[in-house]
Amino acid sequence: MKVSEQSRLAVFKTYKLYVGGKFPRSESGRVYEVTDSKGGHWLANAPLSSRKDARDAVVAARKAVPGWSGATAYNRGQVLYRVAEMLEGRREQFTREVADAEGLSKSKAAAVVDAAVDRWVWYAGWTDKIAQVVGGANPVAGPFFNLSTPEPTGVVAVLAPQDSSLLGLVSVLAPVIATGNAAVVVAAERAPLPALSFGEVLATSDVPAGVVNILSGRTAELSAPLASHQDVNALDLTGAPAELAAELEASAADTLKRVRRPSPAAEDWTRDPGTSRLTAWLETKTVWHPIGV
Amino acid sequence: MSSVVPAYGPDAPGRLAGLADVTASDAALRRFLHGLPGVDAVGLEARAAGLGTRSIKTTAKAYAIDLAISMIDLTTLEGSDTHGKVRALCAKGRRPDPTDPGTPHVAAICVYPDMVAVAREALGDGSGISVASVATAFPAGRVALPVKLADTADAVAAGADEIDMVIDRGAFLSGRYMEVFEEIRAVKQACARPGGGSAAHLKVIFENGELSTYDNIRRCSWLAMLAGADFIKTSTGKVAVNATPANTLLMLEAVRDFRDAVGVQVGVKPAGGIRTSKDAIKYLVMVNETLGDDWLSPDWFRFGASSLLNDLLMQRQKLSTGRYSGPDYVTVD
Repeated sequence: MKVSEQSRLAVFKTYKLYVGGKFPRSESGRVYEVTDSKGGHWLANAPLSSRKDARDAVVAARKAVPGWSGATAYNRGQVLYRVAEMLEGRREQFTREVADAEGLSKSKAAAVVDAAVDRWVWYAGWTDKIAQVVGGANPVAGPFFNLSTPEPTGVVAVLAPQDSSLLGLVSVLAPVIATGNAAVVVAAERAPLPALSFGEVLATSDVPAGVVNILSGRTAELSAPLASHQDVNALDLTGAPAELAAELEASAADTLKRVRRPSPAAEDWTRDPGTSRLTAWLETKTVWHPIGV
Repeated sequence: MSSVVPAYGPDAPGRLAGLADVTASDAALRRFLHGLPGVDAVGLEARAAGLGTRSIKTTAKAYAIDLAISMIDLTTLEGSDTHGKVRALCAKGRRPDPTDPGTPHVAAICVYPDMVAVAREALGDGSGISVASVATAFPAGRVALPVKLADTADAVAAGADEIDMVIDRGAFLSGRYMEVFEEIRAVKQACARPGGGSAAHLKVIFENGELSTYDNIRRCSWLAMLAGADFIKTSTGKVAVNATPANTLLMLEAVRDFRDAVGVQVGVKPAGGIRTSKDAIKYLVMVNETLGDDWLSPDWFRFGASSLLNDLLMQRQKLSTGRYSGPDYVTVD
């Protein structure tokens, strides 16, 4: 008998978080319904993460910091390029997910996925170049070599943009890890599926466990504990609405976090991003060395 | 049983003498130890796992964290220990969280015998913190008895309040129970303070990871308690398997049964592998459910740990500030 389309059981995908290189469900066991952009058609259930998931993600990220920030810039570039390769290989899946999430036609969604791959490759190239651009030798009035080098700040909590589920995610995540930081990403609240699938891409690349951790759920619920967490070094508020962003910034100030404010106008993710997102997550280390010794 | 006496009190030897018939000869001791009921391994593990599922929150959690801190034997047992490291550890033990004076101090500082004097001096008088010393050629214990006794006496003379001895696992596993029994008795005698004063308390380390079976752990618990141990301790922290909820529960049950049978109260110290507040609280639940309030004090229950303290402090900070703390806010050790 020929197996026709109708006789197959539907195989639905269980979307899960990506934390510490593993794919756990939310510790709370909660999920929420994700619908397409028109709001009618059910797509999947995504985990509704709790503050404890956020805490676990920070622990995983902190564990990954020494290895990832200590890797050579060249090695990080290779690893990131590998991610682009894996993403390219899943082009069709992401095209479908982006089309559902953002209400785009198939061809437009495919263009978004291509742009995301290109954006990732672009940032991969920056890993071993950013030090030359923002670091360097400083002239000083004395017999010293004075050298400044950029260093990763540590664990960065990223609120991914709400309006661009894949290209926006890639544009905020890639600069964080390209510079050697570890990231805890809160995916777009209404369209988290491409981000959760992106976790699978990272897991099958050579990105060490914990360097990227992806949570889905209510942005407001997850961002509060991340902003006040004493073991988070920086906060990207791109995906936070203005009122929440102000609140989070105040809370982050208690622990002197670096904060990148959301842009007041909607961001155009297709534009040349420049290096501002790379330099946002860097500290400058300056070394004095006596000349002639 | 009329009343219960502490293992380190003056009445304990008299109570133990009541069981002199089981320790009269090697054969009698073997008969007694092998006559103990076998351990239901599946039941034991299920019970230990079940007690680990209790949810301890808010004020109960705050109480448990403070209790756990006050029960810690803050330990450094590395070949690379220096005087400076021991002094730093003592300072941390006295005041675990300098940002909050309400934090309780730890129960003891646990070091190698040659560091006892350093720790004693760093703690000073009236700190309320004991100095514990491992002895008897820790962790292997593979030296002759006179060396073990000298090691112990040396630590006691240097000012140790508590001695953590290791048993001869080789003798135990080959069935020479009397040899182990006599050795514990001899070390207990070596714990006497020269020139009077209260004797050092004796903790007997079994190294559960090397005893292989739960039955052996139960036998070893009884053997050590019969020989006069003040505390029984799971492990050295130097082998692959250290304190687990199941083997600790088994020892707690042995201590409970021993008190019922003999009227002597003995303490328990799990050591090694307890790193998070969550784990520590699971152990406290186990103590409370198995032994009750009588054991929920640093006099009768201890954690042998080093990194556990930092996690407890971070949890404590979380409870008081409402935000998650990080390793930058506690000392590196």
